[in-house]
Amino acid sequence: MKKLGVRSVIAVPYIWLLMFFLVPFLIVFKISFSEMQYSIPPYTDLVSWADEVLTINLNLGTYAYLINDDLYIRAYMSSVRIAFFATVCALLVGYPIAYAIARADTATRNALLMLVMLPSWTSFLIRIYAWVGILKNNGLINNGLMGIGIIDEPIAMLNTEFAVYLGIVYAYLPFMVLPIYTNLVKLDNSLLEASADLGCSPFKTFMRVTLPLSKAGIIAGCMLVFIPSVGEFVIPEMLGGAETLMIGKVLWQEFFNNRDWPVASAVAIVMLLLLLVPITFFHRYQARELES
Amino acid sequence: MQTGKLSNWSKWFLSLGFFFLYAPIVILVIFSFNKSELVTVWAGFSFKWYGELFRDPQMLGAAWISLKIAVLAASAAVVLGTMASIVMVRMGAFKGKTAFTSMITAPLVMPEVITGLSLLLLFVAMGQTLGWPGQRGMLTIWIAHVTFCTAFVAVVISSRLQELDESIEEAAQDLGAPPWKVFFLVTLPIIAPALISGWLLAFTLSLDDLVIASFVSGPGATTLPMQVFSSVRMGMSPQINALATIIIGLASVAVLIAWWFARREGMRSVKI
Repeated sequence: MKKLGVRSVIAVPYIWLLMFFLVPFLIVFKISFSEMQYSIPPYTDLVSWADEVLTINLNLGTYAYLINDDLYIRAYMSSVRIAFFATVCALLVGYPIAYAIARADTATRNALLMLVMLPSWTSFLIRIYAWVGILKNNGLINNGLMGIGIIDEPIAMLNTEFAVYLGIVYAYLPFMVLPIYTNLVKLDNSLLEASADLGCSPFKTFMRVTLPLSKAGIIAGCMLVFIPSVGEFVIPEMLGGAETLMIGKVLWQEFFNNRDWPVASAVAIVMLLLLLVPITFFHRYQARELES
Repeated sequence: MQTGKLSNWSKWFLSLGFFFLYAPIVILVIFSFNKSELVTVWAGFSFKWYGELFRDPQMLGAAWISLKIAVLAASAAVVLGTMASIVMVRMGAFKGKTAFTSMITAPLVMPEVITGLSLLLLFVAMGQTLGWPGQRGMLTIWIAHVTFCTAFVAVVISSRLQELDESIEEAAQDLGAPPWKVFFLVTLPIIAPALISGWLLAFTLSLDDLVIASFVSGPGATTLPMQVFSSVRMGMSPQINALATIIIGLASVAVLIAWWFARREGMRSVKI
């Protein structure tokens, strides 16, 4: 009886995840090997059975197409590049904030932490939309600068790569601050005192003690920003221009505009392979945190 | 880490950081009260965009659908997330535990376009072979939201479970309580604040999702973010600013409630 109870506690979430998380990926993988056709659903079957002949059609054409059309390779490369530099910027902005919060006394700390998290509880879409009004040609920054006569012509900021960087750093900053803070706040103070007693300057103590000890937090924060940014759709769609190529947007267009499900699936599979290393990295950290 | 008075450097970083985080939001709220059609030129104070918003049947319908999905998805995610946390924190090793932990944490970082596409393809394949779900709509969005919200809820609840002193549960067990009774009378009341913040997190995540819902939705089920996105694509509208102000107001209240619960919890543990 007891065994049954334990088993069902494991089984319910396990089966749900298998069904709605793992199986869907296998289906994406399967469809990436089929061909597009005008029917419902708009792809061919891999296995067919007719006249007592079992035919398996594995169409590698979609992957060949992804390699041959340089749009996809450029989109993958620029997604990784944009996500990488945006992550670096988020780290440079986020680390000092996390550090400052960890140094505050307990009451202030909780309030500051709440203030960092609050924006991410409001709509992501609306926070990105807010930047459209600030950055556009007749937006607040350009109107302000032209009003006081610093510039005569508006600076193009919306629909540029700069706007995409800004959007990613803005939207994902809390996910950088939180894990670094969690790590810094656990830091043993006696280690810092020991370093100071042994004659290290505050800067040297930071570089040789604080920074290495907060490595786990930095890795978690960077992964939480980098991985979703690679496949980001809303930010390049709303803030980026035609020349800002990102793979999430390409996948969206293949699916919704071209209705080419096999190509969309192949794009997703390659993106997943690309993200496999960072995702495993993140898992190891997360599994340690969850099970310790 | 040493705590105490903040240095000047820290104060600078914090002020700049918070300016960056809050300036766009404050601007959005200010311009929701603008009389002019133009979103970035101030022409006097007015509530007229709120009136327009509440007379827009499409917006109201979408908001109602989103709220229903969010409440149902958050509730299911809390149940599944609690079970998943107990499996991860309280149960020892079992076959397939690594796979289980991976499946719980993967949705935290998975790009939304991949999750959305894969779930849609699953629903289409199921519809072809099983005949269910016949039509995509609220039910399929609910399933998708429960799946990714469970991951976030599990992280919140398992960190609380880890802090929980196991000896209290053991004491109840030694006094003869069966495991289900230990869970409902001892564990659950103690982790209740984490359940509430997990529920609120799942609720806002569901309410906020555009990409996954766009993939798995069908005709007749347009959620609020989908409606906002299609109107934002046409250009900026002060009506969206008014909607944003309402969402920001509600989110602030929710966060304050969650914070108050956390603080009360903190004070209680100090007393013990």
